[in-house]
Amino acid sequence: MEETSHGTGGLTFDKSKRSWPNEMNILLALIIIIVIFEILGQALPYMKDQSFLFDSRDRFDSIFNEARLKIIILQVAIIGIIALGVTQVIITAGIDLSSGPLVAATAMIAMSLAQTELVNGYPNPKAVFGVWAMDLPVIIPVVAGLIFGAMIGAINGTFIAYFRIPPFIATLGMFMICRGIALWWSGGNPVSFPTESFKSIGAGMMPVFWFLSLAVIFHFILKYTVYGKHTYAIGSNEEAARMSGINVKRHKVLVYMIASMLAAFAGVILSAKASTAQAGMGEFYELFAIAMAVIGGISLTGGRGSIIGTVLGAMVFGVIRSGFTFVKLDGSYQLMAMGGIIIAAVVLDQYRQRNKA
Amino acid sequence: MSEDIVLKAEDLTKHYGGVHALEGADFEMKKGEHVAIMGDNGAGKSTFVRQITGVEQRTRGKVWLYGEEVNFAGPLDAREAGIETVFQTLALADDLDVPDNLFLGREKTFANWLGPFRILDYKGMRKATLAGLEKTAVKIPNIRNTIQNMSGGQRQCVAIARTATFQSRLTIMDEPTAALGVQETEQVEHIIKTLKENGEPLILVSHNMRQVFDLVDRIVVFRRGRICANLAKADTDPQDVVAYITGAKTGEEYRESAL
Repeated sequence: MEETSHGTGGLTFDKSKRSWPNEMNILLALIIIIVIFEILGQALPYMKDQSFLFDSRDRFDSIFNEARLKIIILQVAIIGIIALGVTQVIITAGIDLSSGPLVAATAMIAMSLAQTELVNGYPNPKAVFGVWAMDLPVIIPVVAGLIFGAMIGAINGTFIAYFRIPPFIATLGMFMICRGIALWWSGGNPVSFPTESFKSIGAGMMPVFWFLSLAVIFHFILKYTVYGKHTYAIGSNEEAARMSGINVKRHKVLVYMIASMLAAFAGVILSAKASTAQAGMGEFYELFAIAMAVIGGISLTGGRGSIIGTVLGAMVFGVIRSGFTFVKLDGSYQLMAMGGIIIAAVVLDQYRQRNKA
Repeated sequence: MSEDIVLKAEDLTKHYGGVHALEGADFEMKKGEHVAIMGDNGAGKSTFVRQITGVEQRTRGKVWLYGEEVNFAGPLDAREAGIETVFQTLALADDLDVPDNLFLGREKTFANWLGPFRILDYKGMRKATLAGLEKTAVKIPNIRNTIQNMSGGQRQCVAIARTATFQSRLTIMDEPTAALGVQETEQVEHIIKTLKENGEPLILVSHNMRQVFDLVDRIVVFRRGRICANLAKADTDPQDVVAYITGAKTGEEYRESAL
């Protein structure tokens, strides 16, 4: 208190006084989980001293098991793209449940505009539109998907900001509407046989490229732009944001639009990767995306969280998935462990917050 | 109208449905003057402030700022015109640090063609923050701390420093020390005295009689939505003011309207 009363103390901008960033804890947790799998690989009798992440073969051209590293990140990349959007929504103290079905609906729409006319010399058996929609440049299905996402996001945001519908309800409704659109689009039939150029945007490690590029872009946007600052301000104290002259309603619509566009983009990439689109795609993706953000240290009451945290949360997700496969444990255990980790992450975070206050 | 009049309000009225929260308030303050607004709970003090600062739209009446008639559509308009308000509810974002809060809604930026994605000038905002804190003699150990890690007094100081960072032409404080301890209150009062020395006009809404008599030049008393007294500090004393607040007494010129 002496430091703050007038006459003593000083004005400082001291970098060294920055607090331990929350992201470091998640990184630490990630390392601990990796170490646990590493130990299990050595200790479990049926594992024959395999290493989880390091190259255990008799070769010296690589330190890490690159194949496993690639799989770990590849299998979380598409949900990770959704998580980048849901992170922003949760920072404003909102939630977006519509992203999973939006992935499916967008996949259907984009794939319908990405089909080839001829499959092995015969007309495309899964054709949705006529010949005019065949062999279009790759940009068209991508842009169509993004526009659809923007529309859905604008509707979500408008109901939430202007009609004051709780985000949970508004996006729950949209969750069902989007699944309905996906089922209705081609009468429940899969849409398939895309052009080679469309396949190429989701081929191989492309989903990882998109995920990491978008993560870098949105990390920058959230940290260094007015959009980012206002997003945090609204989640932190909406009343204060309004009194400071921020157009809270318009900003919320923008946040939901960006989140839905990211989910739509995930749908486009997923359909390109799978070379097909089905109405049942993206099941539970919205919840996995929220889980990644939560493991990444986001606060559901808003104001706190970061893209780096969410990327690390996605990595925890991927490592656990891959680790359970590595120690040959069934998927059912994976789900149980994941659930436990989500709850543990929130408990630890609340404990940390309480101790700080 | 003279440029010496910082703020003038005529017949300022606000009805919330059938509730007459503010009725026909006439108010005037001169350059460099510090005026206190006193009154019981629900007397119309905060309502008055909300009409002046554009947080709400008045039912009736006119407001002039430095001789110019103003109609603020929102708090940002009032702020752009030079009215800085420290609200009772503080209006700070807990998860942001000091410069972020000071510049919330009017950030210094680069590349403005990027629209909502224009880039924040963190360095410029830090500099201006330190200058603003210096001007008000506010001491905060580290401006990079988020608001949630600060004491009530420090929070109040941040809210007040916001007014000094932007060359305000009129500062309004709504119960700035209501939730503060003795030492913190002293700190805030010190800042108010600094503003007085710098000749910056101030409206102080307060319940604290000692504080009001310590800090201001003039006291305006509200009762049941109406102004019932306008007293120069030299001509009055705390008992007198209490009499006006409770309704035992009503100012000569207000007698008709207060019945």
